[in-house]
Amino acid sequence: MFELLIDYGPRLLDGAFMTLQLTFLSVLIAATLSLPLAIVRHSGNRIWRAPIRLYISFFRGTPLLAQLFLVYYGSGQFRPELQELGLWWFFRDPFYCALLTFSLNSAAYQIEILRGGLQAVPYGEVEAGIAIGLPRSLLYRKIILPHTYRIAFPALGNEIILMLKGGAIASVITVLDLMGHTRRVFSQTFDISVYFWAALLYLVITCAFVLVWRQGERYLTRHMRRSTHQSSPTPASVPTAEKKPTPAIAAEKMEQPTHAS
Amino acid sequence: MPANPDAQIVLQADDLHKSFDSLKVLKGVSLTARKHDVISIIGSSGSGKSTLLRCLNLLEVPETGRIEVHGEALDLAHSQAGKPPKAFQQQIERTRSRLGMVFQSFNLWSHMTVLENVMLGPCKVLKRERDEVEAQARILLDRVGMLEKSHMYPDHLSGGQKQRVAIARALAMDPDVMLFDEPTSALDPELVNEVLLVIRELAEEGRTMIMVTHEMRFARDVSSQIVYLHQGHIAEQGPPEQLFNQPQSAHLQRFLSSQY
Repeated sequence: MFELLIDYGPRLLDGAFMTLQLTFLSVLIAATLSLPLAIVRHSGNRIWRAPIRLYISFFRGTPLLAQLFLVYYGSGQFRPELQELGLWWFFRDPFYCALLTFSLNSAAYQIEILRGGLQAVPYGEVEAGIAIGLPRSLLYRKIILPHTYRIAFPALGNEIILMLKGGAIASVITVLDLMGHTRRVFSQTFDISVYFWAALLYLVITCAFVLVWRQGERYLTRHMRRSTHQSSPTPASVPTAEKKPTPAIAAEKMEQPTHAS
Repeated sequence: MPANPDAQIVLQADDLHKSFDSLKVLKGVSLTARKHDVISIIGSSGSGKSTLLRCLNLLEVPETGRIEVHGEALDLAHSQAGKPPKAFQQQIERTRSRLGMVFQSFNLWSHMTVLENVMLGPCKVLKRERDEVEAQARILLDRVGMLEKSHMYPDHLSGGQKQRVAIARALAMDPDVMLFDEPTSALDPELVNEVLLVIRELAEEGRTMIMVTHEMRFARDVSSQIVYLHQGHIAEQGPPEQLFNQPQSAHLQRFLSSQY
């Protein structure tokens, strides 16, 4: 079992690096795409909302594997046209095809997560920003988005973990990610323990990610600490916790421990 | 404090109409605030007091009417066709920045410290120098007795403390008029006074203020003028002694007797 690790460990690490790269890039592209789309989805006009909803239902409603095949094998059908457009270099590379598919897929999920966050922003605080004369762009930057990302943060972390593991299907279209290398090693050695090592590597990556993400979450909810037993920073509880009479009552109850410290 | 009829007009609203769907809330309300005026708007619930206040700084945009703040007039007919045009939007933002709003539910920005709450407006809207803004913010927080809590987040403050910070935040914009929307209604009874004390000090130093309140004794003490709203109209208006001692209409008499 361990000899295998000595012989093939570097290849598995190569694969893990590829997996990290693919996940990181797709999530990043999806994050850039999803913010403006989520804002339009939340508060734009009807004409713009409809195509975004269609896009979301397609990518959330069909299997990731089907989407990947559609892009990778589907683009092969249009090779002459793509060559003419000068895009063939992109679509003939399985890595780029996986990157495109995963980005679009993750963006669809992230839009919905952010939309939930946008909906849960305490409106009174937005109104206070409006009342002081903040223009729209600053209103988003200073008030709406900090709340949105705090509320959406745990769900976004979840989505990234799912993307990391879902990314394993890129190996089906010959991308040599962690899963791709594992499959190759297995086909050469017929040693089933390689899957065990791969699983362990995935586990290490996700655990490390969870630890990092938790630090981020601690930072984003720093203003709520001490009051966590009253209003936990989960999406479901935030809107109710922020309703009118609660802050005063919550603050009253909080006062003693604050003064005692 | 008697009103001075010759003082400069700071805020003037003419013939405001506002309805929500089919419900007409304001049916032509006009209001003039002169420098150093303290105007209290009273009335039973549903009379349109809060809506009137929110219309003055355009948190609700009235269907028709005209609002003039410090000589700059907003003709609200412009906003009729859906979204207001950009120049109009900027004019609205400018007007809002001249009116300091204090909300019933405080609405402090919960992810910012007390100090950051007070500094955001002057830094970002008025684009003033950060150091200078911070020095001023500390002076204001000291005035409302919140300086030693300047590094804390709103979630860790009591209601009365939050409201005092909210007042400092509004003052930091150096507004022409302060608007108070039932500033003590969300507070526990024992916390009401600390907030009223701050407002009283502002009145005594000659701030122009318009407030919606249920604290009748307080309104009577500090106001130069009382406005009684009834069913979307100004039913009675005048100095506090006149309104409280000789209410003209039966419904104002009923309203006042229900308050004491």
